[in-house]
Amino acid sequence: MKRILRTLPFVLKQIVRSPIRTCLTIGGIAIAMFLFSFVESMRNGVTAATTATAEDATLVVYRENRYCPFTSNLPEFYSDRIERIEGVANVVPVQILVNNCRASLDVVTYRGIPDGDLEKVLEPGWTIDDGSATEWGRRGDAAIVGEALAVRRGLSVGDSFSAAGITVFVSGILKSEAPQDRNVAYVRLPFLQESIKRGGTGGTVTQFSVKVKDPMTLDVIASQIDEVFEHDEFPTSTRSEKAFVGQAAKDIIELVGFASWLGWGALFTVFALVANAIIIAMRDRIRDHAVLQTLGFTGGLIGMMVVIEGAILGLTGGAIGVVAAWSVTRLGRYSMTMEGLNVEISSDPIILVIGITIALALGVLAGIVPAWRVSRLEISQCFRAV
Amino acid sequence: MSLIKCRRLSRIYNRGVEEIRPLDELDLEIEAGGFVALMGPSGSGKTTLLNLLAGIDRQTSGELEVDGLSLGDLSRNKLADWRSEHVGYVFQLYNLVPVLTAYENIELPLLLHPISAEERHRRVSAALDVVGIADRHAHYPRQLSGGQEQRVAIARAIVTEPTLLLADEPTGDLDRESATAVMELLTRLNKEQGRTIVMVTHDAKTAEYADVLLHLEKGRLIEQKEVLS
Repeated sequence: MKRILRTLPFVLKQIVRSPIRTCLTIGGIAIAMFLFSFVESMRNGVTAATTATAEDATLVVYRENRYCPFTSNLPEFYSDRIERIEGVANVVPVQILVNNCRASLDVVTYRGIPDGDLEKVLEPGWTIDDGSATEWGRRGDAAIVGEALAVRRGLSVGDSFSAAGITVFVSGILKSEAPQDRNVAYVRLPFLQESIKRGGTGGTVTQFSVKVKDPMTLDVIASQIDEVFEHDEFPTSTRSEKAFVGQAAKDIIELVGFASWLGWGALFTVFALVANAIIIAMRDRIRDHAVLQTLGFTGGLIGMMVVIEGAILGLTGGAIGVVAAWSVTRLGRYSMTMEGLNVEISSDPIILVIGITIALALGVLAGIVPAWRVSRLEISQCFRAV
Repeated sequence: MSLIKCRRLSRIYNRGVEEIRPLDELDLEIEAGGFVALMGPSGSGKTTLLNLLAGIDRQTSGELEVDGLSLGDLSRNKLADWRSEHVGYVFQLYNLVPVLTAYENIELPLLLHPISAEERHRRVSAALDVVGIADRHAHYPRQLSGGQEQRVAIARAIVTEPTLLLADEPTGDLDRESATAVMELLTRLNKEQGRTIVMVTHDAKTAEYADVLLHLEKGRLIEQKEVLS
């Protein structure tokens, strides 16, 4: 072990003093790991948005067979009938307006909430760090803007911004753990209804957000709600919020699923780059290895030096790529929005750890076969090969 | 006292059905502190003998003892450890590692020894002084002349203070002036530091620096004579 540590500076010099080879290899690894990490961030975001947990207690009531906020129209008075179902904690009618119905990285989603219902619709753990909910209640055009949307649009309290032809005043910035809350602008329902259709929408909303008392009853209550409106003019389709996101954002999920193949391709690229760099280096250094053996370096020690070189290349390139991808997702606060629903591109630090670990492991793996081969070479074979 | 003893030492290669015997039952003894030149035509077994003495090749049959140790009995790793302790090897084409400076090339074999960085520095500096290129220690091999490269190679070979210094045509790629300087250096290492040197050479003038001249032909010792200074 001490011998390996003593030879570490020699390995580093071999890497640093072949700058073109090293830069090209590390650059390639960094780009591939950037791609891999970005895809993983998307996958993490999709998982977080669509995987049900035992604590989920929110149902979304949508118009049956409608998949876009523009076509899901439900009478606002449905909320009274839903509220009467046993097990329902509260019902909030929500009007959704987006400036783009399809998948996009910068969609502004308005959610119209009746006065006094803001706290009911937000997921637990929210805070308004800047501005206040009181101001939201006072101004007709006030909006509580999710922090991710605020970062994306560069908004702060007191600003006004327009999207989908509606101009609102930012009265507060909402901090929340829920991606859906971080990426929307909550406005007052009458204001949104009026703005959508001059003269009002006659009490029409896009959906209802229903909180149930016991998460275990989520599916039962969903069925009960749909049964209540089964024969109405506007039948409903009720699902848990996560299932609703999973259904509505199917295109995004399929896209991310396909992108995961790109992620695997990126990993293979890392492996191939390190292996190629090491194999070429071994060929170039065959005389050096013969000299090292003549000086008394054992085959095992030389092999270990080769593996360490692969590990350093993988680790350096991987760290650059993964940290760059993480920084981009962290600073950019991107979310993929579709039909008013947000799938946030995750910037979970665990992706950093996983990415760097994988890059290191691939570097080691890529070095093992060349290392084994070089450790088996006889000195005379090496000199003959020159 | 004999440092090296060869008894019926043979090395046989098979090339297809053909059997090649670069060394054929060679009997030889070399005294500690001696300076021996191995001469002979191409294919006479000089380099094969040098490689066996260095422990970088193994005999097919016979016995080879260096300082009382039978090299044929050592495993591959033990042989490598033995080389790092007891052998300094000088190549005809220097074989310095191109990405390392002269200093770092000389330091390389010391990385295998459990000594402090300060001790390594002391030994490398001493070796640089002995070969007379201390002022070129930060140069890369490509920035050195052939003679200077060979001096670095010699410094690398002696920095571990080996029992045995082996040189395979150390002046073969040098001009006359550089060759003379290198041979005077080897002579000084032999006379002043008492190092045992075994050198392969084709050049009779170079061989004159040695004390003993061994003439090999077809893997056998044909002639052994002392060189008169």
